[in-house]
Amino acid sequence: MMLIPCPFCGKRNESEFIFGGPVVAARPDPNAVSDAEWVEYLTIAPNPLGPVQEKWWHARGCGEWLTIWRDTRTHDIVEAPNGSE
Amino acid sequence: MFVLLRWITQTLCERKSVCVRVNLFIDEFCSLINIVTTMQKYSLFSLARNALSGHRNWPLAWRSPPLKDQYEVVVIGAGGHGLATAYCLAKEFGITDVAVLDRGWLGGGNIARNTVTIRSNYMRDESIPFYVKSVSMYEGLTKELNFNMMHSKRTMVDVVQTWPKLRELRRRQLVMDIYGSTYEQITTDELRRRIPALTGGGPDARLPIICGMVHTDAGVNRHDAVAWGYARAADAMGVEIHQQTAVQSLIRGADGAIEGVETNQGTVRAKKVVVAVSGHTTTLTETAGLKLPLRTMNLTAFVSEPVQPLVDVIVNCPDSGFYFSQSDKGEMVIGGAPDMGQSFRRDIKQNVFEDTVTSMLSLFPSFKKLKLMRQWGGHLDIAHDASPIMDQTEVPGLFVTAGWWGGYKAIPAGGLTLAHLVAKDEPHPLMSSFTLDRFRHLDFVMEAGTTTAR
Repeated sequence: MMLIPCPFCGKRNESEFIFGGPVVAARPDPNAVSDAEWVEYLTIAPNPLGPVQEKWWHARGCGEWLTIWRDTRTHDIVEAPNGSE
Repeated sequence: MFVLLRWITQTLCERKSVCVRVNLFIDEFCSLINIVTTMQKYSLFSLARNALSGHRNWPLAWRSPPLKDQYEVVVIGAGGHGLATAYCLAKEFGITDVAVLDRGWLGGGNIARNTVTIRSNYMRDESIPFYVKSVSMYEGLTKELNFNMMHSKRTMVDVVQTWPKLRELRRRQLVMDIYGSTYEQITTDELRRRIPALTGGGPDARLPIICGMVHTDAGVNRHDAVAWGYARAADAMGVEIHQQTAVQSLIRGADGAIEGVETNQGTVRAKKVVVAVSGHTTTLTETAGLKLPLRTMNLTAFVSEPVQPLVDVIVNCPDSGFYFSQSDKGEMVIGGAPDMGQSFRRDIKQNVFEDTVTSMLSLFPSFKKLKLMRQWGGHLDIAHDASPIMDQTEVPGLFVTAGWWGGYKAIPAGGLTLAHLVAKDEPHPLMSSFTLDRFRHLDFVMEAGTTTAR
């Protein structure tokens, strides 16, 4: 069980959170980018063997959305969200 | 006492696998009488001959030749898909100058880290014919490879506990009917008659059972035999298998095409390189500068102590989030849900394990007495639309087979179609919808929901 640091509630059980997916680039203007860039935005997420940045929602807690860096090899949280420490 | 006796007789009568095994034995026996010269044929005669010499003279099942610096085709990953591809390259297309490289040992990757479930209950017109083909190829694999797969076509039964799930399964049933795959609804009474150990999920449960869905094509077999059988048959046709040979990066030539691979045993050149490494696909393809729509996830499985025959079908409980079958040794082979985020871990997390056990006990309370012996996680990659990807990439000569969420069932047809693609440079008709083009055109084959992926 991961203990995810919430900026408001402190370290809480992973089971209180809902996974919000990896952090991807900001949504581009589809009319301003090429088809290839648009497809890349829609379909490709980083898949590193190591730290990945991802969003979690403290749905069964305070409701805060937060962002952590988590190592995909160990599940260690290597960087806590801003303001949680 | 009477109830117990009745239950035992019912269980015995329903062991369809018994008659399947008899059939298998007959199959085996027929293939035993043929003698082929290319490889040591396993047969009654070879068994008798080797018994006379005290089993000291069995030939090795495959060679371990020195690694050459060049091959026509290099296959990365000696798992099910890699070995089946090498076998089909040699058998169907006469390409035998093939090396299969694996960083570990043969049969130690994801081919050993799954739950051996073979089924074809998918949703899309593009998917079902492929899986129907793969399931039927599995049924003939013992004979084809002269290696006992211990195939047991024992049926999968879905335990339906929510109406949305039932609607989704009925929809799959309609599409599957078109392509000759089997799905049939049964009542809760019939479901409990077929699976006597299913005593939970009554009217007072949080999720009472609504009905069952039966997929008679489904079965299980022996994963080691799949790896060893393909390895032995491919080796006999000249394919080389190199264990403990870790590919570190892909090499591209000045023209951008693939030129070979860098390994811990030195450089190996090839004009065609196949990446068949499951969860680590992007780890390798990134070394050639590729970006693929794949994320790597960890899927939970664990095994109980062996017990007397109790359940003779594969039981799938999608609403509760677990599935299991009983192996020939008597162990309950249990699978759960994936972790929520991406993961390259090869174990399972305690909370995922506990959640799976809790769900299982809600439907099978008697399993509380089972001791659990081993756990493992397979890491596998899932594509953006939860369907597999099989294609030549934008790097000429570099082929990938990936996104096989539950790729075990796809091994025979996956090998056949990938060998076709590599040999002919065009996709096999069964896999022509599963190229990378579907992402370029946003023409997805959505299979999310037909696997344990959430």
